[in-house]
Amino acid sequence: MRRLATGLCALALTFAALACEREERRFQTLPAKSARAQPVRLTTLQPGQSLPARSGHGPYDENAWAISEGERLFNQYNCSGCHFHGGGGIGPPLMDAKWIYGSDPQNIYDTIVEGRPNGMPSYGGHVPDDQIWKIEAYVRTLSGLAPKAAEPDRSDQMEARRSEQATSPAAPRGQKAEHPQ
Amino acid sequence: MSWTCLLAFAGHSALDPAGPQAARIGDLWWLMFWVCSAVFLLVMAALAAGLVREEEPARRRMNRVVTGAVIATALILFVFLFASTGTGRALASLSSADPVSVEVTGHQWWWEVQYLDPVLAQRVTTANEIHIPVGRPIRIRTVSHDVIHSFWVPNLHGKHDLIPGYDGELWLQADRPGVYRGQCAEFCGHQHAHMAFLVVAESPARFAGWLAAQRQSASPPATPLAQRGHDLFVQLQCALCHTVQGTDANGRIGPDLTHLASRRTLAAGTLPNTPGHLAGWIVDSQTLKPSNPMPATSLGSNDLEALLAFLDGLK
Repeated sequence: MRRLATGLCALALTFAALACEREERRFQTLPAKSARAQPVRLTTLQPGQSLPARSGHGPYDENAWAISEGERLFNQYNCSGCHFHGGGGIGPPLMDAKWIYGSDPQNIYDTIVEGRPNGMPSYGGHVPDDQIWKIEAYVRTLSGLAPKAAEPDRSDQMEARRSEQATSPAAPRGQKAEHPQ
Repeated sequence: MSWTCLLAFAGHSALDPAGPQAARIGDLWWLMFWVCSAVFLLVMAALAAGLVREEEPARRRMNRVVTGAVIATALILFVFLFASTGTGRALASLSSADPVSVEVTGHQWWWEVQYLDPVLAQRVTTANEIHIPVGRPIRIRTVSHDVIHSFWVPNLHGKHDLIPGYDGELWLQADRPGVYRGQCAEFCGHQHAHMAFLVVAESPARFAGWLAAQRQSASPPATPLAQRGHDLFVQLQCALCHTVQGTDANGRIGPDLTHLASRRTLAAGTLPNTPGHLAGWIVDSQTLKPSNPMPATSLGSNDLEALLAFLDGLK
């Protein structure tokens, strides 16, 4: 009995250790120019025999850490200024199933790099390639295209009520209510 | 090594107080140190006596000794309680009608410092270096937007946590000029250890001169090389995250670089601010400080030289 328990513990520890390597955090990435090698198709409608589609994977589509970095960049680069937190406003919503310029990772990447008519700026050459792929991976999670295991958990921004820590607390003792600015 | 170079100009010790509050904390520390040392020695002496003694002492005597020790322990703890309460009150008593108001924001992993002023154009934003005048109380408003950090300058004050969504306030004062090292004292992620800053205490006149210089926009590039560096800075990725007042670069993600060349360290106390270290930082910051938000940059050596010339002109 005791041997069985020891064995099970060892097995659990092994699995736990393996789980640590679930994903890779790449801090050093080769900075590449934001340019595409071959055209990306927005439609399957083609003359003659249709060409094979490009492989539809971004480098970070299943990497939870990269997706959370993408979320941070999405807000820091002010994507949320137009798309809000996915609900859309000035720019189209990103959390629905409608994609004007395609939902494949390469399509989303191109939309960010090249910009789109009527408002979407072109970020190619300004935002590093690596970060664009992270933003792409995050954008796909907004409409549920990313694997569940890699998706970020709840977002405070999407809560109907403000989170407790974001509500203003009572002033701490000794602190004056007003800060002359 | 760069570390020895850094340590050469910035000490970091709670036992070398440079302000009234750190002095109170130091007094409390020494009180506790001497009392606890005495207690430790007495306990060790009693233990040694007990080991040496052969015959068992009388029951009454043992009871008396234990009762005495319990009463002494309670008394000492009460002394500590009152002393630390008194220190806490003394720390909170510093205030002034005319303080220097500074807002410090903790970021992963650097410090944003803003000198508040009723006139918006007079505000000064800098990073990882806080200049203060000697002998004048400083009011520091502490802000965090990501995780809990802790603001700690051992020579001037105790630790003060920066809690997201809950702005705090801290008063401190330096009584003698010097450069004091500060450090984030609450684990805040991968590069928590590389989240240091400097407090530069100087005479009121020098502080006023520094503040006036910091209020200026960046001086225009002086040479054609620096001009090309400026163009690269605003056209490439730099401008998306960094601000240089007086240029088109106004990103708010990374530190304000308007007067970068006037600062002593790079990357929150990670490196001394020299052109060589700056070049290494720009080209491959991830080796020096893995996981920091600054991406690597693909610049040719000519472009890098131009960029360095521009940044070196940001006095």
